[in-house]
Amino acid sequence: MQVSIYRYNPDTDEAPYMQDVDVDIPEGRDLMVLDVLEMMKASDPSISYRRSCREGVCGSDGVNMNGRNGLACITPLSEVVKKKKRLVLRPLPGLPVIRDLVVDMTQFFRQYEKIQPYLQNDTPPPAQERLQSPEDRDKLDGLYECILCACCSTACPSFWWNPDKFIGPAGLLQAYRFLADSRDTATAERLAELDDPFSVFRCRGIMNCVSVCPKGLNPTRAIGHIKHMLLQQGT
Amino acid sequence: MVTNATSLTRSGLSDFIIQRVSAVILALYTLVVIGFLLMTPELDYGTWVEFHAGTVMRLFSTLAVLALAAHAWIGMWTVGTDYVREHYFGQRATVFRSIYMVICVGVLFVFVAWSLQIFWRL
Repeated sequence: MQVSIYRYNPDTDEAPYMQDVDVDIPEGRDLMVLDVLEMMKASDPSISYRRSCREGVCGSDGVNMNGRNGLACITPLSEVVKKKKRLVLRPLPGLPVIRDLVVDMTQFFRQYEKIQPYLQNDTPPPAQERLQSPEDRDKLDGLYECILCACCSTACPSFWWNPDKFIGPAGLLQAYRFLADSRDTATAERLAELDDPFSVFRCRGIMNCVSVCPKGLNPTRAIGHIKHMLLQQGT
Repeated sequence: MVTNATSLTRSGLSDFIIQRVSAVILALYTLVVIGFLLMTPELDYGTWVEFHAGTVMRLFSTLAVLALAAHAWIGMWTVGTDYVREHYFGQRATVFRSIYMVICVGVLFVFVAWSLQIFWRL
């Protein structure tokens, strides 16, 4: 199978280019895209990409496969190649490329920092732990599972245009995770930080984030909840 | 919080509400005008002027014009801050964006002033 991979080494290359590589795929097996990358790296060790757990937990190997963001380790070849018989691998779009498929995620994590992703509670801590009813705990389902792979934010045009101002779907999913947490008491302050024309309201609801999330989460719904909370607080 | 001096209200929530309320006003205005056109078989300049001559219709038209101006500014400002950016234009982006915004404001001002002149026969 022919694999076209984005190559760029800032030390030696003047500009990025696509390199075509023929990879022998074993018959009768549906490899993951990460397996293909490993095979390519075995023959050309200069190919660079991030990977760690290889089972969709760490979120390291977010890449663009045939135009669609996803985790290389849990994406079967059959899902992305289909009839084209050709695999095109590019880095996650919109972020600066460090080398080959490795991107600089500083901007992404800067937005994540903005939403203060930790529990804030100004009441005296109880002797053991802050309790939560099962119903309140259920509200966090579909929010806490995010692994920060950046597949969603880098599939979002609003994040491409304003990565320094728009929080992005990943950050906003986590913002709502703490807004929805019954143990967090900083709701008003969190909402006040989001009430500007960019942080939340640049989301146009095109749902690219939902389409690509490898964990099956729904950032667009979380963003809708944030807008609803802002409306309730502001009107 | 991200600050910005040129958005209509500087608040994302206020812009969001204004854009939706103005959309409802414009939808209602469109329905009224289309309803008038459909229910007036013999439409001529005289009936058209008469339709717009009443105080209620003049106020409604003024409201629709202001709603369109606010709606358009929020939309055009969003387009400008999305696309007229350093990413494409480098350090000249701020100059280009300012020129773009001045042109938008100018067009909207002429549109509002001209409409008011027509509706209120100033």
